[in-house]
Amino acid sequence: MMTELSLNVLDVAENSLRAKADFIQIYLEINSKQDSLTIVISDNGIGMTTEQVAQAMDPFYTTRTTRHVGLGIPFFKYAAESTGGNFSIQSTPGKGTMVQAEFKLSHIDRMPLGDMTSTIYTLITFNINVDFIYTYIVDDKSFLLDTREFRHILGNIPFNEPEIASYIKDYLQENKEEVDGGRYI
Amino acid sequence: MKSLEELKAIREKMQGQVSMRSEDSSQTRVVVGMATCGIASGARPVLTALSDYVQSKKLANVAVTQTGCIGLCQYEPIVEVIEPGKDKVTYVKMTPEKALEVVEQHLIRGQVVDKYTISAEGRI
Repeated sequence: MMTELSLNVLDVAENSLRAKADFIQIYLEINSKQDSLTIVISDNGIGMTTEQVAQAMDPFYTTRTTRHVGLGIPFFKYAAESTGGNFSIQSTPGKGTMVQAEFKLSHIDRMPLGDMTSTIYTLITFNINVDFIYTYIVDDKSFLLDTREFRHILGNIPFNEPEIASYIKDYLQENKEEVDGGRYI
Repeated sequence: MKSLEELKAIREKMQGQVSMRSEDSSQTRVVVGMATCGIASGARPVLTALSDYVQSKKLANVAVTQTGCIGLCQYEPIVEVIEPGKDKVTYVKMTPEKALEVVEQHLIRGQVVDKYTISAEGRI
């Protein structure tokens, strides 16, 4: 079991990377009025057939050969559904996949969001040839990170250069605090 | 709030001094398992700690990368150190603190930290 939702996000995005995606969008919205927390991860990877989508929800299915169970998607689905929320996967072979999880924000079984800054930072700096858009919305405040903007400014300087990696971490952390005011989510 | 202007300033400062690190055969690879099993066991902080230490110690010849599941889920987080011409060393049940020891003892001094390897777990 994951201990925080940000780890589920990292895990699902790692699936996207293994599906050869080079553009991944991560959308996270907290809406206090609707008492909801929504996470959407979409990619332009190889996609899945309807049958494969059904299999991905099954803990005793995995595409890998090193072990016989695949718990990533079932964990995330269970985390959402145990709060009275929803979970869905839409996928088209050759186009990509969209994983959507909705949580009831105030539900006692909702796991804490955890360290999203670390998740996004890890994804960007360890996959320097992949582009990410990260959207973080808390009620009426929001911020958006688009690595294509960074790439445009940086040219051929890679995201894992120490100065750049440290800028990206600060960028994520400072904007996060601006948006949620340091609130524990 | 951090702005893109700051990134432009960093780029100006770095211009010309970025030496492209090429992956060559003399490079040591440090590989962290980042599948569901690794992530659930705490691989994310291990990966960032390794990368931070390698950067702060300026180990230019070491590349920290990630991989999927290698089939030993019960020993995660797993870190493999692959040095050219040597046997691969597999460290198991890693933490950021143990990772620092591996950087200082193994990557800098060349001494394998036996107590954290998979053979110390009673499995070769």
